[in-house]
Amino acid sequence: MKLLLKGARVIDPSQKMDARIDILVEEGKISSCGTTIKAPPAAQVINLTDMIVVPGLIDMHVHLREPGLEYKETIATGSAAAVAGGFTSIACMPNTDPVNDNRSITEFIRRKASEANLANVYPIGAISVGSEGKQMTEFWDLKEAGVIALSDDGKPVMDAALMRHAMEYAGSLDLPVIQHCEDINLSAGGLMNEGYWSTMMGLPGIPSIAEEAIVGRDILIAEYTQTRIHIAHVSTAGSVRLIRDAKMRGLKVTAETAPHYFTLTDECLQDYDTSYKVNPPLRSTADIAAINEGLADGTIDAIACDHAPHARTDKEVEFVYAANGISGLETSLGLSLNLVHEGILTWEKLIAAMACNPARILNLDKGTLKKGSDADITVIDPEQTWRVDVKTFVSRGKNSPFSGRKMKGRAVLTLVAGDIKYDGRAL
Amino acid sequence: MMKLAKKDILGIQEMTVDEINLILETAESFLEISTREIKKVPTLRGKSIINLFYEASTRTRTSFEIAGKRLSADTINISASTSSVVKGETLIDTARNLEAMNPDIIVLRHSAAGAPHLLASLVRQSIINAGDGAHEHPSQALLDMMTIREKKGRLAGLKVAIIGDILHSRVARSNIYGLSKMGARIVVAGPATMMPRNIEQMGVKACTKLEEAITDADVVMMLRIQLERQKQNIFPSLREYAQHYCLNRKNIKLAKPDAIVMHPGPINRGVEISPDIADDPACSVILDQVNNGVAVRMALLYLLSGGNE
Repeated sequence: MKLLLKGARVIDPSQKMDARIDILVEEGKISSCGTTIKAPPAAQVINLTDMIVVPGLIDMHVHLREPGLEYKETIATGSAAAVAGGFTSIACMPNTDPVNDNRSITEFIRRKASEANLANVYPIGAISVGSEGKQMTEFWDLKEAGVIALSDDGKPVMDAALMRHAMEYAGSLDLPVIQHCEDINLSAGGLMNEGYWSTMMGLPGIPSIAEEAIVGRDILIAEYTQTRIHIAHVSTAGSVRLIRDAKMRGLKVTAETAPHYFTLTDECLQDYDTSYKVNPPLRSTADIAAINEGLADGTIDAIACDHAPHARTDKEVEFVYAANGISGLETSLGLSLNLVHEGILTWEKLIAAMACNPARILNLDKGTLKKGSDADITVIDPEQTWRVDVKTFVSRGKNSPFSGRKMKGRAVLTLVAGDIKYDGRAL
Repeated sequence: MMKLAKKDILGIQEMTVDEINLILETAESFLEISTREIKKVPTLRGKSIINLFYEASTRTRTSFEIAGKRLSADTINISASTSSVVKGETLIDTARNLEAMNPDIIVLRHSAAGAPHLLASLVRQSIINAGDGAHEHPSQALLDMMTIREKKGRLAGLKVAIIGDILHSRVARSNIYGLSKMGARIVVAGPATMMPRNIEQMGVKACTKLEEAITDADVVMMLRIQLERQKQNIFPSLREYAQHYCLNRKNIKLAKPDAIVMHPGPINRGVEISPDIADDPACSVILDQVNNGVAVRMALLYLLSGGNE
């Protein structure tokens, strides 16, 4: 199939490109880019005047729940949510049931993803068997099976020696290690950010130092062992500062944050609405300011939504029992575009954080519209205003505190390897 | 008389000064009923009140039950050990089932902060929060304010010291909300590990020395220390706690000569309060609090049922 994308503003930070050009897609690849490309015979021409075309967005931190927790999400529904949100590639965390800690689970995930045939799904393998923080998994075997990174997400590696060995061993395989930074002794029993609002509400707090202590520790390990570390979902000003300092000293530290960490604060929890319950917890306005700054100056490399779909039964309970997480794939771009509307990020920086940088961190040959690359392309209507309605979510997880929120800008067309996987132009 | 324009009593945080005054005045007018030989009025005849207690409680549950009965309501007690909780039913399902039986008021005690708010958003009945985690215990703060007003004639301008584990105390939070609305000055004191973060932003003064807090206080409110907190390493031992945070004959001299001593109960004698202070009728108003508690709860049940319609 041949596709000619005509007349759009193309923003591709990987080529420092921001221009009105046409893109021709042939056999799943970008075959040419140019100011005016003549449609070859049998090519479908899509007129995209007023649209913005970017390299297919990549969310490097999602939970697809399969195997084991299919009542929350499946690889098929999660991939459908991804393309509906403008994402052509997603990396899924290993905290399924069973945990993705061996080749057979990785292969199962890849098979399900290829059956779904929507987004590219990249499995992240567990660092430790069962993510129990004791015995290292077979990194080599996992890598050969298709794992692109390692993490015990949600169950932070508390044992510093295990973390050191994981980073050294993974480093030799060029597999990035992703840490959910949380000192579980400091956060024990905590349900929300520790501060004025937890005091008012009488909920046990999670102090910012619970995150920062492990960010700091893992940066030290990265420095000592000369290996890479990727910090997941940065939520505090202190973490931003630690990462910035580490980068200035030339360490191989990368970081991501999620849209809710630059959009919402702990004040939102005051009615005990469990849709705002996430881990790490929503922090303060000062933390948001620091995260915005970190995104703007490149301290934070990537935006990843930590897509955490849950069933109603997981959320419609007392706050203490409610599951953590937000179903985020279908609101991530809209919320992130706010950073552009507010002048915090340029378009180029936003797309770098949502496509180019995740590809670089995960060693994926993606996140670019260069000639010859895979035709993973996201088309954004920058002016479309719309209102979030969880009932229309493609994801099985309808758990979103953003329901009803007005957004400006939306993915209207998602191409994966040249095939249209989502077409929302009629919406 | 004013009407209480509220469906639920979830906390003091949401109450206005007028509402607090209305409840206290109504409670004062109910005090007399408990002194009669026949301690019953027909006011709430035909109303059903469910006391749904997910946490152990003697004082509060009995107080609500007696309050309901003195107003001729039918009161039903459900405690977690006898309910469907043990069968794994969710709070929401329990609530919907109770709702279907058409009671008028559900009094809820729950270890989870926010549980009454969840319930109130789901059922049409009035919910009274009888204590939710470390969040609020509104009827306790109301009975405390009633007792202070009874003994001191006012709330505004008084210095109230609240001593103990502020971090885990719903009594402290509700009293901070209520007393500051009513114009009292509040000082909280306890070990630094028992001080919630940013507590000063709630409009109180915070310190770590009991002596500093109770100096010139009109009211000294002692909180119960929960013995299991020792395991969380927030204090080393009861012995050391008692040495520094027990209200006794010696340190109470720092308070005003006519200061009153309060405690929400149950008291740990010799830990946060010495027995001779707890039992001293010259300063201890602990049993007055219990007595006023029945009247306050009668007032809440009455006002939520439509007041003097």
